[in-house]
Amino acid sequence: MTGDELCIPIFKRLRQDGTLYPVEESQVQGEPSQDASPIERDTALRIYRTMLFTRVLDERMLAAQRQGRLSFYMQCTGEEATVIGSAAALQDDDMIMAQYREQGALAWRGFSCDEFMNQMFGNERDYGKGRQMPIHYGSRDLHYMTISSPLATQIPQATGYAYGQKLAGKGQCTITIFGEGAASEGDFHAALNMASVHRVPCIFLCRNNGYAISTPSCEQFAADGIAPRAFGYHMQSIRVDGNDVIAVYEATLAARKIAVETHQPVLIEAMTYRLAAHSSSDDPSGYRSKKEEAIWRDKDPILRMRNWLEAQGWWSEEEEKATGDQLRREVLESMKRAEKLAPPALDTLISDVYDTPTPLLTQQLEDVKQHIRKYPHAYPKGAASMGFTSQELEDSRKVYQERHQRVDGGQTS
Amino acid sequence: MNMLQAINNALNIAMAANPRVVLFGEDVGVFGGVFRATSHLQDKYGRERCFNTPLTEQGIIGFANGLAAQGSTPVAEIQFADYIFPAFDQIVNEAAKFRYRSGDLFDVGGLTIRTPYGGGIAGGLYHSQSPEAYFAHTPGLKIVIPRNPHQAKGLLLAAIRDPNPVLFMEPKRLYRASVGEVPEADYELPLGVADVIREGRDITLLGWGAQMEVIEKAAALAEQDGIDCEIIDLRSILPWDIETVCDSVLKTGRLVVSHEAPLTGGFASEIAATVQERCFLYLEAPIRRVTGLDTPFPLVLEKEHLPDELKIYEAIKQSLNY
Repeated sequence: MTGDELCIPIFKRLRQDGTLYPVEESQVQGEPSQDASPIERDTALRIYRTMLFTRVLDERMLAAQRQGRLSFYMQCTGEEATVIGSAAALQDDDMIMAQYREQGALAWRGFSCDEFMNQMFGNERDYGKGRQMPIHYGSRDLHYMTISSPLATQIPQATGYAYGQKLAGKGQCTITIFGEGAASEGDFHAALNMASVHRVPCIFLCRNNGYAISTPSCEQFAADGIAPRAFGYHMQSIRVDGNDVIAVYEATLAARKIAVETHQPVLIEAMTYRLAAHSSSDDPSGYRSKKEEAIWRDKDPILRMRNWLEAQGWWSEEEEKATGDQLRREVLESMKRAEKLAPPALDTLISDVYDTPTPLLTQQLEDVKQHIRKYPHAYPKGAASMGFTSQELEDSRKVYQERHQRVDGGQTS
Repeated sequence: MNMLQAINNALNIAMAANPRVVLFGEDVGVFGGVFRATSHLQDKYGRERCFNTPLTEQGIIGFANGLAAQGSTPVAEIQFADYIFPAFDQIVNEAAKFRYRSGDLFDVGGLTIRTPYGGGIAGGLYHSQSPEAYFAHTPGLKIVIPRNPHQAKGLLLAAIRDPNPVLFMEPKRLYRASVGEVPEADYELPLGVADVIREGRDITLLGWGAQMEVIEKAAALAEQDGIDCEIIDLRSILPWDIETVCDSVLKTGRLVVSHEAPLTGGFASEIAATVQERCFLYLEAPIRRVTGLDTPFPLVLEKEHLPDELKIYEAIKQSLNY
């Protein structure tokens, strides 16, 4: 038998026009609910508002990056149903270990607009103390593991985390979210194999969004995607329409039940599309067609959910407009606040390397301070943290201005 | 007690004292590890707390990182230090940076990685390496190497209880060869603190792990020439005890550092640079490094490759006669 013979169908619930598929057509695996509203009203509206927030955040922050106000950004656009639909199916104290494009899940958990902004602007209120690039969020209170840049490293960590949850016996699970590109890393295999052998309550959610930066999935793997790999690990698996929030929600609910009640990992492959660029440093026009993007724009997960909500009588044009306006205002105001806040204190240069700084680190910090005292104008953030006034910085600049000009033609600030 | 028994004893004490201590690695379960360091622990504490993993070093350390972040105290075994490199990313990019990158929201401070290292056992290329210097370049880790059973037990208990990820490297040549008095009770030895084994006047000899035995023999040879050696066991490679080492060099004016790993980029280089920076005007001779050759580890010509007592003795004499 070859891999081609194992072709896994896609679990779907919602058509683009907002009507539900008949149950017999949608039921591939799991137990989709039979009632008219598979997600109850309050949850559905909260999911939808989170989707709108994430879309607004993405649009505004990409614009801010283009204006030079932000060094970097990554959009969730096109994948909101996968990310937020799955998060909504979990308990609040289940751990989320994401890759980097899952801000929607964090927004679902209640991470505030200001908290997002503080991280992106790396100001003194950033929980990560201005150490990582924008979008590397984390929240201990919201059980959302701080993002790490190296790809796929969080997948075996999720296995270990979930093992600890199993030992603790409090009925929690871990979900780890990653792209189909990350599934090529050895970490993926290590994680699924160990999770299966040691029976850990972990949900592995692959966002199969078509591209790993510029590499299309057809150059990433030869087989039928990621879902069939689970069988090699003796693990349950489901492939869902990742732009169908109801399918993702129900699949994750079912996966959670299996993970927590039987201590077995589950693999979910969500078929979606990265509508935006990989990051603000990427330009997809170099590797994919406008036509291809247009096809997927027609499958917009937010529009699909809106159609369904309106058909339920739960949402209207007026609410759409009012919510959009309010969110845009909120994001802009929050951004302005975050931009004005001070950078992290200079002492954070050496904190958190160890539980307490070593004598050598303390001495290195003292050396840096000594140097800044001599040239405060060259280190405005550190100097401000040490209490230098802008007048003192200016005086210092004047002292060295002539020498700088001779060295580099006045380029040094 | 030999060193393996001391390590086993330390693991037993740690598991009894803290129900969140979990042991795992390749063959550590019912078999008790290829060197038997984890013997009988599965019997005592069950398969949930002491178990075999699949053959995947990056998986073991990735799993350990997650388990530590969850609040458990994992003690992960990498069967040979030569095979730690698949886990390099999970150690240097993940374990070492967990606390820093999250601004102390999350940490893997409970993690201890145990791994046998070093030559002298006819292990050839892939069962003899001393990779401490690769990891010493990584802020956020602690690296600890014991020299005998007493040190192994006290340092391992301290490593398991230290709130930072610790790489605990065990000199496998000494596993059964080194025997000594080890108290049955629970005790810890401090991390980051060097141990002055013997005070002396003329020259400081510095090393760690299995090399300490060799250094002590070299000092005994030099003593017959009337040379009074001060001997220091660094014990922790990261962070390392700069004060104790420099105080000693300020007194003796001479330093020989010896390690099994190759010369270039070895940790002796770091020590030599720091000591010359802090003790320059007190140095009576250039700092000498006696190390393995800059080659992969050989099989048959192991003795020629390794820094032994005669090579160190020669370095001592050259330093004194400079």
